[in-house]
Amino acid sequence: MDKKIYTVLVADDDPDYLYQVTYYLRKAGYEVISVESQKEAEQVLAKSRPDLAIFDLMMESDDSGFILCYKLKRRYPDVPVILATAVSRETGLTFGLSSDQDRDWIKADLYLEKGVRPEQLNQEIKKLLKI
Amino acid sequence: MAQLKVLVVDDEPGIRSGVARILRSFHVTYPFMDEDYTYEVLEASTGEEGIEVMEREHPDIMLLDNKLPGMQGVEVLEYVRRKNHDVVVAMITSYASVDIAVKATNDGATDFIPKPFTPQELKSSIEQITKQQYLKRITHRLDEEGKKIRYQFLSVLSHELKAPLNAIEGYLQMMHDRQLGDSLDDYSSAIDRSMQRIQSMRNLIMDLLDFTKVSFEKHFDKIQEVNLEDVVSNAIVTVSPYAIQKDIQFETMVKNCKMIWADPNDMEIIFNNLISNAVKYNKTGGKVSVSVDCNDNDLLLSVKDTGIGMSEADRETIFNEFSRIKNEQTRNISGSGLGLSIVKKVVELYHGVINVESIQGKGSIFTVLIPRTQIQNIKPL
Repeated sequence: MDKKIYTVLVADDDPDYLYQVTYYLRKAGYEVISVESQKEAEQVLAKSRPDLAIFDLMMESDDSGFILCYKLKRRYPDVPVILATAVSRETGLTFGLSSDQDRDWIKADLYLEKGVRPEQLNQEIKKLLKI
Repeated sequence: MAQLKVLVVDDEPGIRSGVARILRSFHVTYPFMDEDYTYEVLEASTGEEGIEVMEREHPDIMLLDNKLPGMQGVEVLEYVRRKNHDVVVAMITSYASVDIAVKATNDGATDFIPKPFTPQELKSSIEQITKQQYLKRITHRLDEEGKKIRYQFLSVLSHELKAPLNAIEGYLQMMHDRQLGDSLDDYSSAIDRSMQRIQSMRNLIMDLLDFTKVSFEKHFDKIQEVNLEDVVSNAIVTVSPYAIQKDIQFETMVKNCKMIWADPNDMEIIFNNLISNAVKYNKTGGKVSVSVDCNDNDLLLSVKDTGIGMSEADRETIFNEFSRIKNEQTRNISGSGLGLSIVKKVVELYHGVINVESIQGKGSIFTVLIPRTQIQNIKPL
């Protein structure tokens, strides 16, 4: 039995979403560091290495999530990142991580639309942490 | 002054130097263009050399002789089309061959210049081509910008509408699964938050309705006499619950131009938005001053607050759709990010302008100027 407690950094400027994700992740046994902005996330990353990170796409700027992915990967190349957003494909925003070209510039391991069920989120996290 | 590159592909040196000489002192003006166009002439004596120069210099206009020593003019034209170069090609032909003319036109040549040509003939062709090229580029650019704005609008809108739905759905799911306990009291903050999200979504939808109305509806068919003093006091009443909470004092000064001719709904949009912002972004115990006045030319409206103010960079973007200033101080203030863009649209309907001056930490003042001709001469239809 693996006794290690994994730390997850969650950055999202929607306080309700942040509360809910934090609640479910803690319940699932993770240590959660939750922050409401790109700036705070950067401060956390400067001091510590999480085991996994979940970033909202639009925070202070429209591409905060992309920037955080990039910065995290430069510092900790092995830490998996999930990019979560409420922006949907219907609007023509078609980025995903299915092509090499996308993976080349989006430094995330998984792209998730917000609103996935907590169990599914946990599944994806376990896959990325290989547990 | 803008400069266009003209590439002359002709095996006769006399033609090349002639074109260079004629265009050296030539310039084209056009009422819609920001600046005059002048010309830089590049030369090539064969089709092969012409292609080489084109790849290197990316000319805007090509004057192409059809009868060339090696590769023919029509073949150069085919190359241009295949490579999709943004160049307008005019064929220089010494004899009128219908076959060549038809083929060249099919391949994208836009003009024919008969050889020999007079300086005036060359100049008028170049003038035509320049205008055509200019319009093509402008149209292209506008298309691109239009698409970009529409796309941004939709993606942000989708984000702003879905985020509250996700939040509320999340809380309901927690209640459904009895995550926080069996008593309703365990969920009081989840319920409060859900209500707040619903309220802000309602505000967004109301703003969106205003926004589409201002954007698409026919205007100036609801013009009537409007009492601005009433509009201001109604706006203050609307925001008063929030103002009382924050202990905000109002000061109103309506000097001249109390009665104007306008669509009352438009005036409500202007004052409701500016006054509610002045309260929202104010400090506790702050003040909001509203003034209506006019000088010889303009109606002057201003709304001043003693609030948090904004940076210069923020001043440039606040009138854009969905632009909201995100920082520590604004974090708990809800808004659709549409209000000021709507106000700006309305003000522009009256050929007016809106400006903001601001000092961070001290407050902001929004000023609207509307020409008096727009609010006094327009009478109901």
